[in-house]
Formats: sequence, structure tokens, C-alpha cells
Amino acid sequence: MEFLCLICTERAYEELQPHEAARQLDEYVAFMNDIRESGHYVGCNRLLPAANAVTLRVREGKLSTTDGPFAETKEQLGGYFVLEARDLNEAIRIAAKIPGARHGCVEVRPIAERLLDPDALHVTEVPTHTEMR
Amino acid sequence: MSADVQDNIAERIDALYRSDSRRIFATLIRLLGDFDIAEEALHDAFRSALEQWPRDGVPANPRAWLVSTGRFKAIDGIRRRARFRPIDDVADAVEAIVDESVRFADDESIEDDRLRLVFTCCHPALSPDAQVALTLREVCGLTTEAIAQAFLTPAPTLAQRIVRAKAKIRDARIPYVVPDAHELPARLDSVLRVVYLVFNEGYSASSGDALTRVDLSAEAIRLGRLIVDMLPDAEAIGLLALMLLHESRRAARSSAEGEIVLLEAQDRAQWNAALIREGNELLSRALASRRFGAYTLQAAIAAAHANAPASEHTNWAQIVALYDVLLRIEPSPIVALNRAVAVAMRDGPQAGLAEIDAIEGRGELAGYHLLHAARADLCRRAGDAHAAKQAYERALALAKQQPERRFLMRRLAELTPKGGPDAAFRHDRRSSSAATPKSRV
Repeated sequence: MEFLCLICTERAYEELQPHEAARQLDEYVAFMNDIRESGHYVGCNRLLPAANAVTLRVREGKLSTTDGPFAETKEQLGGYFVLEARDLNEAIRIAAKIPGARHGCVEVRPIAERLLDPDALHVTEVPTHTEMR
Repeated sequence: MSADVQDNIAERIDALYRSDSRRIFATLIRLLGDFDIAEEALHDAFRSALEQWPRDGVPANPRAWLVSTGRFKAIDGIRRRARFRPIDDVADAVEAIVDESVRFADDESIEDDRLRLVFTCCHPALSPDAQVALTLREVCGLTTEAIAQAFLTPAPTLAQRIVRAKAKIRDARIPYVVPDAHELPARLDSVLRVVYLVFNEGYSASSGDALTRVDLSAEAIRLGRLIVDMLPDAEAIGLLALMLLHESRRAARSSAEGEIVLLEAQDRAQWNAALIREGNELLSRALASRRFGAYTLQAAIAAAHANAPASEHTNWAQIVALYDVLLRIEPSPIVALNRAVAVAMRDGPQAGLAEIDAIEGRGELAGYHLLHAARADLCRRAGDAHAAKQAYERALALAKQQPERRFLMRRLAELTPKGGPDAAFRHDRRSSSAATPKSRV
């Protein structure tokens, strides 16, 4: 099963002092090598600072946009990992090693099974209501 | 077979249900991978026993029989429902169950399953409310209605909480395992906290209709014993000691009229000596391990009270010293308040008041009725009736539990000059014990 690990920190990589940024980069490289080797790695990305975010919504066909992330908090979404793990305990064990967990926090969310096949772009199987409980 | 023998078998099945159904359920969850299917399989298995045992005799290992019968009933059920499901799913589901090659019903693995169930229900990915509700429902086997009543929560709310928690276990893949050794300390904390929450709810909820309320303290003690039997960790032992030492005072804690009787005024002959003895033994075991923590220290404080033959023989210096250590490992304002009361008992009310001033000075516990009750009591002992009255009034404005409110009103009435309209409320037991937060007394 895949788990999305959202890394929330107070400062994005761009907002760090050069020596802090260099150290953090090293930590992430080491972490990524580890989970690639152990087979838990699926994907990851770093996000630019929340100042670059725009939030949009469409209501009655009308688009409105506001600057900033959808939740104004001291901490911002700084990046994510997608992990392959047997169960939640394994996901937590690996996510605990994400360097950002030591100064920010990491939200672990199971990724739902695909309803859509992105390559074929058709609905593969629509679960019944009871199966979605 | 005679009707007499049949009745005996029915009684035996009934007894087995009471003593073992939760164990069997825990194993069925592991074998079937789903709480709801396991619950249904459990009841199917007992129904089969009622049908077959009077005819065929009681099997040599009834527990193993019930587990394997429940398992086959569940497989049958999945096949029966197959008509409504894609055939591959059914094959997968049945294969997953039938392929189970590990030992599935010997006594040792059944005991492990109970522990798996405890750790799953107390998983930190579930909210604390859900952990408590799920543990009482699935591990203790209480009905949703009984849990709802015990926590004064509407039954539909509680039922929903349980359904959501079970869905999260399934969907977020919370595994059915006892955590690895390196995860165990953190995970055990969460289990012990659930047990402690259940116990405290039972301990402080002295109001209400005793006949219809589940005895939560007894359930918590049962859980505590289960954990100590299987995982003799120092803090698990310390928590069980703490619960037994508190429980030993139950009969003396309220009067026949349901009024609060403070520690100092309690009739110590009513304390349960057997529970105190067991609590003391467990406490020694926990202390000897040298890996103890906050629960064991609280148990040591409870033991200092339990072992004092009379209130005036209480070793307050030792209690203050224990609070000093407790405050270091658990720096909470509640612990500081308890310590303040112990300091007052050792050094006099003024010393205790200084400590309470310090807690309030840090902006803590201003909305906690027992802080004001403790202040009021110390002012009263120091002879400052005016300040005592003010503090009792503040405590009364914040207290919610009826027996506590009546207690505070009696104390207020005692401060009012004789012959006033409140004289009828006068408390004949002139107890002068410091009001100690209920969770610690």
C-alpha cells in the first residue's frame, strides 16, 4: 500500500541559511538512498515556499483565486514522499526518519486505490457505497 | 442425553462465553482480518456449540473448537455471499483465510492475539476517545450502550466513533500486531494511558445510578491485569498497583448518603486490605525494576496513604519527596497542585498557599475548581475565613459534579456564622483534610 507523507516545516529550503540548507540537503540525500535501497521509495518532491502558492475555487462556474496556501499556519507544506509500506506501522517507522520530522511534522496518509487508470483514462472499477465506507 | 446433562452443557457454554469469548474473538480477527466478520463468526461458533455439543459431547479443547468453527463459518459466509461479488475477490478472500498456515488456536497464540487486539485498539493513529471506546467494546466486550452510558455520551455518537475507528484500522492499514521491541515503550504508553483514562472515569464518576452504570474501574483493573500477565513492564505493573491502591478505598470514599468523605475522615477499617497487600507487592516489583516512571511514583504516593494506620501517621515528608521526583519526570500543574497540598500537610497551610500562589502566578489551573478548593481549605486552616469563603465560591462556580458541589456548599455553610440559614447543612464529621484532586486521592 502506498502512503503519502506530507512534510510541514516552518521554513522552506529557500528560506534557510546556506549552511543549514547544505546540511538538510545531505540529510535528505542519505534518507532517500536508504529508502530506495530498502524498496520503500515511490516518489518525492520539494515544494517552493508557501509565498508562491495560490488557492483557487470555482463556485457556480466562477473562478476565484486567493494568494497563499489554503490553511494559514505557521508551518507550511514543504514537500512530500510517497512510500510503499506493508502497513501503517511500517509507514510510520520510515516516515519518522524523514529529516523534516525532527524540526517540523509529517502527516502520513494512506493513498486510496485508484478509481481511474491514468493511462487509459477510463473508470476501472467503481466501488459500491459499502466498500467505500 | 438427559435434560439435566443438556442444561449442564448449556451452562458450560454460557460460562465459556463469559470467560473466553473475547479471547476467541481476538484470534478470529487475526484469522479473518476484519473486526465485523470476526464478531459474526464468534456468534456463529457459539450458536453451533449450543446445537452440537449436547448431541456430540463437549470437544476436548472447546476454545480451539470454537475458533476453528468460527473460521469455517466465516469462509462459508464469504462463499455464500459470492453470488453478489466478482469471483476473483471471493477466491482471494477465501484463500487468504484458508492459507493461514501458522498455528491458529493453541493457547499461547490465543493469548498473543489478546495483546494484538489491545495494541490495535490503542493505536496512536486513533483519537484518544476512539481508543477508549474501541478498547471497552472489543477487548472488554461491553455493549455500545453500556459504554455510552458510562461516558454520558449519546449512544449513536459512540457507535459512530467505534465504526469510524474500525474503518480507519481497515483503510489506513493499522496492522494487527504487537509492536516490535524498539517501538514497544512508546506504544505501551498509549495502552497504559487508555487503561488509566478508563479507571479515572470510573473512579471520579461517583454520581449516577450505580445499577445501570458499567463499573469502569473494574474493567480498567481487568485490562491492567491482562497487560501485566503478558507484558510485565515496570510501568504496567506500577499502573496496576496504582489502580488497586485507589480501588482499596472505594467503600470508604462516600457516605451512605452518597456524600464525599475526604481521605482524612475515611474509616480506614473499611479499606480493602487484600487490595492494599496486592498493590504493595506490585509496587515493590515495579520499584525493584529501576525502570519505573510516573505511574509507579503515583502508586508509591497512594501506598504511603494506604499504609498509614491513621491519617495523623501519614508520612508527608515522604509524600512530598515522591511528588518532587514525579514533578521532575511529569512537570504538570496538576502534579504541582498535589505537591502543594502535601507541602501544606508537612509544613503548615501558609507553605502550601505559597506553592498555590506560584502555580497561579504561572497562569496555570485558574479554571480548575480543585485549585480553588485546595486554596479555600488551606485559608480555612490558616484561620482566614474571608479568603476561604472567596475561594470556595470560585470553586463552586467551576465545579460540575453534584457530590463535589454539595461538599463545597457544606464547607461554605460552615464558614457562615452560627444560627444562619445554612446551619442545617453543617457537616458533623469535622474533617479537615486538604482537598486533593480526585485523580490522585
